[in-house]
Formats: sequence, structure tokens, C-alpha cells
Amino acid sequence: MNRHRRHHLALGLIVFLVYVFLIGPLVIIMASSFGEQAALVFPGQGFTLKWYAQVFQMSSFINSALLSIEIAFAATALALLLGVPAAYALNRFRFPGKGAVKTLFLSPVLIPCIVLGFIMLRYVISQWQLPVIPSLLIGHTLLSIPYVMRVITASLSNFDFAIEEAACSLGATRGYSFFRMVLPNIKSGIASACVMAVINSFNNVSLSTFLTAPGVTMLPIEIMGYVEYHFDPTIAALATVMMLVTLGVMLLIEKTLGLQSVV
Amino acid sequence: MKKRGMGRYIFLALIAPGVLFITVFMLIPLFWVILSTFQEGGSFSLNNYISLLDSVYFRQVFGRSVRLSLLSTGLCALLGFPAAYYISRYSRHKGMMMALAIFPMFTSPVIRSFSWMVILGRKGIVNQALVGLGLFARPQSLLYNEFSMTVGFVQLFLPQMILSLLGVMDAIPTDLTEAAGSLGATRLVAFLRIVFPLSVSGLVTGAVLVFTGCMTAYTTPQLLGATDTQVLSTMVYQYAMSLRDWAQASAVAMVMIVVTLAVSTLFNRLSRRINPLAA
Repeated sequence: MNRHRRHHLALGLIVFLVYVFLIGPLVIIMASSFGEQAALVFPGQGFTLKWYAQVFQMSSFINSALLSIEIAFAATALALLLGVPAAYALNRFRFPGKGAVKTLFLSPVLIPCIVLGFIMLRYVISQWQLPVIPSLLIGHTLLSIPYVMRVITASLSNFDFAIEEAACSLGATRGYSFFRMVLPNIKSGIASACVMAVINSFNNVSLSTFLTAPGVTMLPIEIMGYVEYHFDPTIAALATVMMLVTLGVMLLIEKTLGLQSVV
Repeated sequence: MKKRGMGRYIFLALIAPGVLFITVFMLIPLFWVILSTFQEGGSFSLNNYISLLDSVYFRQVFGRSVRLSLLSTGLCALLGFPAAYYISRYSRHKGMMMALAIFPMFTSPVIRSFSWMVILGRKGIVNQALVGLGLFARPQSLLYNEFSMTVGFVQLFLPQMILSLLGVMDAIPTDLTEAAGSLGATRLVAFLRIVFPLSVSGLVTGAVLVFTGCMTAYTTPQLLGATDTQVLSTMVYQYAMSLRDWAQASAVAMVMIVVTLAVSTLFNRLSRRINPLAA
């Protein structure tokens, strides 16, 4: 029994260290955002909130954050509009080439993001001359479609289509039965697809890094440009704000859908 | 009768917008890029690939990408296995432990790489400790090299490894190890003969995620690496954005697609085959 407990303890210690490695750096960033020195050091001295004030005064961060949020939500909405009907068709109907269609909807995840960004720059921007903002929307929609496809297909596979047939045989139109029978049943699937797609889009770097124009930059790209030349606690403050939002989102997911459903 | 005929083609209307969107904005550009890599001056040519393979620089970059990705995958397996095993078997706060693994996954990779710039920098906590302990007379350069890139990669992808392993470990019935114990197997034997073999498929799935992730990650090598530690993704970016050399950038992009697709199809198939608990 004693040896048993020692093993247990040793394993626990390893796991503790693994988690220190995972979480520690983020905690250090949070802690160093309150230091008074102009250089980013940990442990910092004193306590100040001036770096937070500075973050909200920097229009480049505010503007790019707003752009990132707008693109993330718009792209997710567009991905739902394209993905939900397709996922429904794939689960509901039999037709030739079904497997190929499913693969097509999941395929954006198979192409490395950095390659997707490059081919969008080369064709959609350089050749087709599309402006940057629509290109960002298109690119981020491509990123979100596989999430929508995967999650909605999974939740539809638990749906009994006999319910829909019953509604139809009682005189409901296809549209009515879809909105009143099918959609309410896959609500939570749609919600978790949205959360994943929005977070993924908001944090994306590899795609957005190719799609910038003067004054049009997504937040992660703006931060990357900033930290190449500056090393002050402003970024730590911004990072802390972003992490607090992430924590809030996670708490919300846990209370509503359960974290298990989004990973 | 008429209504039924329409119903048969309703799926077309439902899938068409998405199919069209993906085809126009991804497949066609991708097809043109692939085609362009096999052309030079309007005729078929393998010159783009030949010059790539001939270049010592490309071979170095490719070798570095593979080496760092393999190393990071190994380290993630080494760190992730005990963590997942502990969470699955012993942890009394499983939800909390999972949330703590998911939190970094949801945090921007820019912030995660930046945190290592703070920690490993000359004034960072690691250098302070090394100098404080008397191991080094003055702060060492721990950043912008393969070491810092590997650290960044491992921290970036470790959660994926832990979650993949948890997926299979949670499916192992506890009766199995208990039965082995009551039949006289030591805990180590039970682990080696039951838990480990049943976890291998999750290990392979996780390894594929980590390896392809490292091979294609851009933020971490860009922030924690330097110009002399380029990897494939930073090379694509440099050729495309700084040098505007579409041909070379496209060829490198093709290499990335082929390697990641080959590795993920091959090993995901293997993972499904060796999972005895999968139906």
C-alpha cells in the first residue's frame, strides 16, 4: 500500500509539473501586466493599471480587435448558412457522391492554414482583385465550415427523422418541419459549432497574416507586429484582457453546453 | 407526383451553395497553384521542384521542420501520457483538469509564444534562476533558436495530445485492470499489458495532430525562431510576402500539403486499425 501511494504521489508530481508548463507562462503574463517598470519583467515591482489604460487608448489595437470580432462572427454566420443545410441534406437524403460532398465540406481543415492564406493571397487578392475585407471573410468562412459540418453532422445523427416525416404526413411543409422539428433539436450542436468557429477564427494567424492592407489588420497580426519591436507590459495587459474573456466564455460554455461538447 | 420529383432534387439546392463556395474560393485557386508549380514559361516542367530539391537551404529548412516536429511530438507524448493517465484514473477534479488543458488551447498562439519571449528572455525568470543558482555567470541567449521553438511547439500542442489520450483512456473499463490485479498481475504489468496497448491508438491520433500542427505552425517559429532557424511555414511566408517569388512559395506549399496529408491519412488509418475498443 505504501509503495502504491508513493507511485501515486510521483505521478501526481509529474502531472503538476506538466500543468505548470502549460499554464505557468500564461499566469506570468497576467502577473507582469501590473508591474510599474516600462520593461516587461517578472516578477515586476509595484502595482499599476496604467498598461490597461494604455491598451484602450491604442486605436490600432481597438480597430483590429473590432475587425477580428466582426470577421469571426460574420464568417461563423456564413459558415452556418452554407454548412447547416448541407449537413441536413447529408443526413437526410441518399444521393450519389455523398461521401465526396462530405469530404469537400471537411477539406478546408486538411489544407494547412498557411497554405490556404497563401493561395488566397495569390488568387483571390492578387489575381481576382478582391478587397481585403471580403477576402478575410471568405477565408475565415472556409476555416469555420469544417467545424460546422463536423458538429452538426454529429448532432443530426442522433436525430430521429421519423419525427419530421410524421410532421410532414400531418400536413406540415418541409420548411415548417425543418424549423420547428429539426432545428430545435440541433440547437446545442449549432451553439458549440459557433463557439469553436468564433474562437478559432479570432485566434487565427496563419491565414490572416497574408490578408492585410494598410489600416486593415486582424488583432493577432497587429500584436505580432507590435511584439517584434516593443517589449513592454502593454501586450501583457492586452493578453490578460483576452484571457479573461476566454475564461468567461469557457465558464459560459460549462454552464450551458458543458465543456466536453466543444472539444 | 410532381412534388415528389422536386423532393428528389432538394438535396442539390441544400448542398449547392456550400459546394460552390468551397470550389470557387479554395479548390480552384488550389488547382491553379498546383498546376503552376508544374509549369515554366507556359510548358510542363518539373524545374520548380528540381531547383527546390537542389537547394541546400531548402533541404536544411525541410530537415529542421521534420526534426523539430518529431522532437516536439515525442516530448508531447512523454508529457501527455502521464498527465492523461492521471486525469483518467486518479484525478478527483477531472473537469477542472480538463478545463485547465482546454484553456491554453483557446488562448491565442500569439500570446502563448509571447509568454515564452518573456520567460526565456535575457531578463526572464529562467535566466534569473540560472544566474542566481550560479550555473552561468551572465544571462544566456535562450530565445530565437531551435530550443525556444521546441518549447513553444510542445506547449502549443500538448493539450491536443492530452485530450486525444483521454478520449481512449476513458473508454478502458476499470474492470480490466482490477481483474488483472485480482489475477495476480502487478500494477506495472497491468499497465503495460492492458492500459498501454489500449491507449496506443489515442497516442497515434494525438501524435498526428501534434506533428502536422508543428509542421504547419507559423506563429511559434515566427516569434520564437530567427532567420537562421526558418521552417517550411516561415519559408512560404517569406517567399510570398518579402520576395514575391510565387513559384518557389507555391512549391514549398505543395511540399507542406503532401507531407501533412500523407502523414495524417497513413497514421489515422493505423490508429483506427490498432484500436481494439473501436467497433
